[in-house]
Amino acid sequence: MATAKTRQSAAAPTVGLDESTRLALYRGIVEMRYFEDRTHRLFLDNLVKGTSHLSLGQEAIAAGFGLAMRPDDYTFATYRGHAHTLARGVPMAAVLGELLGRRTGLLHAKGGSMHLTSVEHNMMGSYAIVGSHMPVAAGAAWSAQARGTDQVAVCFLGDGTTNIGNFHESLNIAAVWKLPVVYVCENNLYMEYTPISKVTSVPNPAADRARAYGLEPLIVDGNDPEAVYELAHDRLARARAGRGPSLIEAKTYRKGGHSRADPAKYRPEDEVKEWLARDPVDTYRNHLLDLGIDESVLAEIENESMAKVDEAEAEARAAPPPDPASIETNVWSDGGSAWRR
Amino acid sequence: MAEMTYRTAIAAGIAQEMERDPTVYLIGEDVGEPGGVFKATEGLYERFGPERVRDMPISEEAIIGLAMGGAMTGLRPIAEIMFSDFVATCWDMIANQVAKTRYMTDGQISLPLVIRTANGGGLRFGAQHSQAVENWAMAIPGLKVVAPSNPIDVIGLTAAAVRDPDPVAFFDSKALYSLKADIPGGEVVEELGVAKVLRTGTDLTLVALASTVPKALEGADILDREYGISAEVVDPRSLVPLDMSTILESVRKTNRLFTVEENPRLLGWGAEIASLVAEEAFFDLEDPIVRITTPHIPLPQADVLEDAALPSVDRVVETVRKTVG
Repeated sequence: MATAKTRQSAAAPTVGLDESTRLALYRGIVEMRYFEDRTHRLFLDNLVKGTSHLSLGQEAIAAGFGLAMRPDDYTFATYRGHAHTLARGVPMAAVLGELLGRRTGLLHAKGGSMHLTSVEHNMMGSYAIVGSHMPVAAGAAWSAQARGTDQVAVCFLGDGTTNIGNFHESLNIAAVWKLPVVYVCENNLYMEYTPISKVTSVPNPAADRARAYGLEPLIVDGNDPEAVYELAHDRLARARAGRGPSLIEAKTYRKGGHSRADPAKYRPEDEVKEWLARDPVDTYRNHLLDLGIDESVLAEIENESMAKVDEAEAEARAAPPPDPASIETNVWSDGGSAWRR
Repeated sequence: MAEMTYRTAIAAGIAQEMERDPTVYLIGEDVGEPGGVFKATEGLYERFGPERVRDMPISEEAIIGLAMGGAMTGLRPIAEIMFSDFVATCWDMIANQVAKTRYMTDGQISLPLVIRTANGGGLRFGAQHSQAVENWAMAIPGLKVVAPSNPIDVIGLTAAAVRDPDPVAFFDSKALYSLKADIPGGEVVEELGVAKVLRTGTDLTLVALASTVPKALEGADILDREYGISAEVVDPRSLVPLDMSTILESVRKTNRLFTVEENPRLLGWGAEIASLVAEEAFFDLEDPIVRITTPHIPLPQADVLEDAALPSVDRVVETVRKTVG
């Protein structure tokens, strides 16, 4: 099992963290935490339909990368993508509107929780087939390389993704073409219900495979926003400089189940206890207090974040449902769905 | 005017678009330096260089994924899948990712890309390198589907596909690679969703696509010459969008419809056309609609067996005679 002891951030910190960066990281994880908690409550109220995969417990990875990325860098996320979408500055009300199936939703209620996308923010989509976004992220990186920009694509994936073909196909071509793409495996130890360790040939499902693609094995404590931020900063700069892709394995843990339907009873009590003691929000809060940051500063961030979530909820609840006539729009670029003449 | 084969028209069509638009890129297995396993992309690597004509590993999902990621961020990639049977190895990328993304994002993401692939039988390659699968693509909302029957259309429809703002699955027919035609000078551009009446007639309409078009035309000649039966031949050229108005107009004139399809029987493209004609031109029909297809089988390898399976000129003539005679 991964603990803080296994942390081996390959690069020495390349950026000095000032207080405003630390507070921005804290604000990021707190907003994500409150947003996901609220989403969970709205499930229970039957206002969020279908399924939804929360980032509770994994916020530090999205927040660390979100802060390190440049506005024109691309994000590719999985169906567990709420936090990654918020990390790019996408308005909370539009995200919550999508989860509630409202006309004002980010995708006008056509995509839902698993497909959050905001091209305006270079959030290039959340993809719900495991691994399928990996070559798409490579394609965006290829395009950046071909167009001569120094944009980087960042692609988040789960531990389960490391055993699907697209993982191999994408890492291989990204390495061969030296593509500016950073793959970030969020290893929360479980695929859906089955431990990744039970079905994988190596203990670190992403990092132990990196050498096969000529890449450096990189493991980071995914519950430590500063460690994630520093490694992100380093690997983004490396990709921007034309030095090719990275594969990072961030060790983390889900606070809850795989999705709404899952109470996660399959996880041993001791393991849950140990990881919850390392909850990124609580741990980082204590760390900031230890650094001498005044509690009132943190409390203000917390209050502002809660107010932001409250406002987003009110706005989303008040929004109208989508127009049923919209089912036949936007199949094609002409805005319609006609297949004959 | 220059004489070209269907095979050389493929490279000519791609070259015309790459010359015109610097955002057009070609990726695929063996498409670059080797010039394609069928030599269909010969000369492009030399002309446009290794950055724009790129050889890929045997990674079909990555080929489609790269094209998709490129298309959503400013490129107009052409992705080649060597044999159309292989689209099954990357069907998730085509059916779930490429086809659904514009709709799921309610128009935020555009995917101007072309998936081109060598389709169909006739070359004795056996069941895994020979199937006509254009009907698979036709079943997926969000994909346009093109299948040219002659060298001019190969160039003109390549242009239309590359310039289209939506993803296009482009099925060329490897049985037609040696077919020749005179290509007019200058830019050749066709339109998706416009059928062509290749032969006019009064007694029946034969709707044929890609590889079955030359067979339908030859069958129509024989029917006329030997039996005095006048067949009209319509080539839809693209299945999505589908030019039903030309087909319906033809059927309303001839009062009989036959489809000639290379795909296996069940849910072949002709089934949709037959259903639409039954719905919209039922009272114009004098006889039942008849579909001439490959039986519902994987294609066998040996020449005798493959020829018996694929729709033939004789089968077209006999089937029409039985109904019309």
